[in-house]
Amino acid sequence: MNVELITFSLVVGWLAASMRLATPILFAALGEVFTERAGILNLGLEGIMLVGALVGFVVTYATGSLWFGLAAAALAGMLMALLMGFMSITAKVNQVVAGIGITILGSGLSTLLFRMFFGLRSTPPQIAMFPTRPIPLLSQIPVLGRVFFSHNVLVYLALILVAVSWVILYRTRFGLAIRAVGERPDAVDTRGLNVAVLRYVALMIGGALAGIGGAYLPLANLGLFWTGMTAGRGFIAIAVVVFSRWDPVGALIGSLVFGGAHALQLTLQTLQAPIPSELLLMLPYVVTIIVLVSVSRRAEFPGAFAVPYSRSGEE
Amino acid sequence: MTTTTKPIPKPERAKPRIDWRKLGGRVFQAVLSVVLAMLIGALLLLVSGTNPLTAYRSLFYGAFGTVDRFAETLVKATPLLIIAVSVSICFRAQVWNIGAEGQLILGAITSTWVALTFSSLPAPLLLVLSLIAGAIGGAVWGGIAGILKAKMQANEVITTSMLNYIAVYLLGFLVRGPLMDPNGFNFPQSALIKESLELPRLIPGTRLNLAFVLALLLVAGAMVFWRSTIGFRTEIVGASRRVAKQIGLSVGGTFVLVTALSGALVGMAGWGEIFGLHFRLIEEIARGLGNLGIVVALLGELHPLGMLVSSLLFGALVVGGNAMERNAGVPFALVDVIQGAIILLILARTYFFKKASAS
Repeated sequence: MNVELITFSLVVGWLAASMRLATPILFAALGEVFTERAGILNLGLEGIMLVGALVGFVVTYATGSLWFGLAAAALAGMLMALLMGFMSITAKVNQVVAGIGITILGSGLSTLLFRMFFGLRSTPPQIAMFPTRPIPLLSQIPVLGRVFFSHNVLVYLALILVAVSWVILYRTRFGLAIRAVGERPDAVDTRGLNVAVLRYVALMIGGALAGIGGAYLPLANLGLFWTGMTAGRGFIAIAVVVFSRWDPVGALIGSLVFGGAHALQLTLQTLQAPIPSELLLMLPYVVTIIVLVSVSRRAEFPGAFAVPYSRSGEE
Repeated sequence: MTTTTKPIPKPERAKPRIDWRKLGGRVFQAVLSVVLAMLIGALLLLVSGTNPLTAYRSLFYGAFGTVDRFAETLVKATPLLIIAVSVSICFRAQVWNIGAEGQLILGAITSTWVALTFSSLPAPLLLVLSLIAGAIGGAVWGGIAGILKAKMQANEVITTSMLNYIAVYLLGFLVRGPLMDPNGFNFPQSALIKESLELPRLIPGTRLNLAFVLALLLVAGAMVFWRSTIGFRTEIVGASRRVAKQIGLSVGGTFVLVTALSGALVGMAGWGEIFGLHFRLIEEIARGLGNLGIVVALLGELHPLGMLVSSLLFGALVVGGNAMERNAGVPFALVDVIQGAIILLILARTYFFKKASAS
C-alpha cells in the first residue's frame, strides 16, 4: 500500500463518501425510528427499499423527472408499509415472519417488475442522477464543508429530516402520541386516541422513508437498478435503529458508522491495499454485527415492542 | 383414548392423536394460500400482457412433464426440504434464523475443503468425513448467531442476514484465492472432487442422487426429535421464555442448541449440493435457497410431513419456473413473488378464516 497517499485530504474524502453512503441507510433508519417507537418492528425494510429503488428508477426513466421518481418511490414504500400494517396491526400476525415475507415479496416484485418493464437487454437502462450541489458558503468551511455540504440534494434532505424527526418526535403532540403508543397502548386507548391509526401512520412514515432510501441508490448513487441492489441495507438500518436508541440523532451517527465502513472499503480499494476485495466488501456487515452485539444488551426497547394491541377481553 | 386400560394416565403428548378435521382444515388453508398466490401471479402476468395459462402450463410441464423433469423437481426439492427441516427447529423455538444461505455456503466450503485436502483417504471414509465437516461448518455459522442472541441479546434476524452476506463474500474470496482450481483458467471455482466421491444417482440419466435420501432421513429424524425430551424442551422455550426459565430450562442454551443444530443440517444440504450435483465449489451454490427454505417451512406448518409436501411443490415451482422462463419468456422472479405472497397469505389466513366463521 502506498502510505504517502494516506493524506489529510484522503481522510476528508473518506468522511465525505461516508456521508453519501450513509444517506440511504439514514432515510430508512429515521423512518424505522418512528415505526419502532410506535411499537412495530418492520423487518420488511429490505424489501420495501428494493421496491422503492425499482419504482424510483422506473418512474424517473419514464418521466425524466427525478422528483417524480422520488415521490413515486415514497408512495410505493407507503403501500408496502400498508401491507405490513395490515399484517401486524389488523391481522396481528407475528411481525418477524411478516417482515421476512415482505422482504421476500419486495425482492421478487422488484426483480419481476424490472424484467417486465425493460426485458432482457445487453446494456442496462440508465438515468441521469441528482447532481452534486455544494451549498454556497457552507461548503467553504474546512473539513465540515466537504463532509456535510458538498453533496447531492438528497443528502441535505436526509440531514434536514434528522432535525425535523427530532422535533416531531419530542416537541409535538403527534410525536408524544407515537411514543406513548409504543410504550403503553392501553393508556393511549383510554385517552380516546386510536392505537391502530397511530401505528398505521408511523408505519407509513417508515415506509415512505424506506422507499426514498431505496430510491437513493439508483437516483443519486448509481444511476442503475439491479436485483438485490440494496444489499442488506434494510437490515443494517434496523441495526442502526437499535444502536441509535430510537433517536433521530443517534440514527445519524449510526448511519455514519456504516457509511464509514462502506466508504472505507472503497477507499482501501482505490489505494490498492493488499487485501482481497471480497474481504473488504464484508466489512460493513461485520461492523453491523459488532455494533449490534455491543449495544443490544443495554438497549431499552419500547415497552410494547412488537406486541399487537388488543383491548382486554377482545380476541 | 386408551387411558381406561391404565390406572395412571400418561402425559398428553405420549400419544399424539390425529385430529382429522383440524388437519383437513389446515391442509385446505395451505392449498388455498398457494392457489391465491398463483392467482396473484396470474394477475401480474395479465397486466404485463402474458397469457397466464401459457405460463403456468409451461411451468407445470417443466416440473412434471417427463420422468427427467420430475427427477429434477426432486433434485431441487432436496436442499429445500433439508433447509425447511432445519429452519423449523429454530422457528418452533421462536428463534428467527434466516441464515440458511450462509450456513449452506459454509457447509459447502468445509466439506469441499476436506474432500480436496485429504483426497488420498479411501472414498467412503472421506465422504463421511466431508459430511461431518459440512455439518460442523454450518453449525459454527448458525451457532454464532445463537451465541450472540443468548449472551448479548443480539437480534438473530439481523445477525443471520449479515452472516449470509459475509458467507457470500467469503465464498467469493475462496474460489478466487486459496481454493481456486489451479487448472481452471481463472474461473471462480474450486477444483473438482474425486469422481469416486460423487454421490450415486438414484435414477440413471437424471441428476437425482443420494442426497434426496439424506433429506428423507432428516425428515424422519425430525419426527423423532420432536418426540424427544430435547424437542419438547425446545417447544417449551418457543411457547414461553418465562415458563421455560421458571421450570429451570436454559433458554440461552436452547438458542445455541437450535441454531447450531439447524446450521449443521443446512451444512449437510451444502454437502449434498456439492457431492451430488456440482462436484466443486461454485459461487451460485446457495442463491435464493435460504428464502425458499423458509417459505417451504412455513407452508408446511413447520411439520416434517407438511414440509415434505411443500418442498415438492417448491421444487416444482423452481424447475417449472426455469422452464417457464425458457419457453414462455416469463421471468423467474414470478416464482419469488409467489413465494412472498404465500408467506403473507399463510400468516394472515387465521385472520381471514376467523372473519369468515364470524359472519
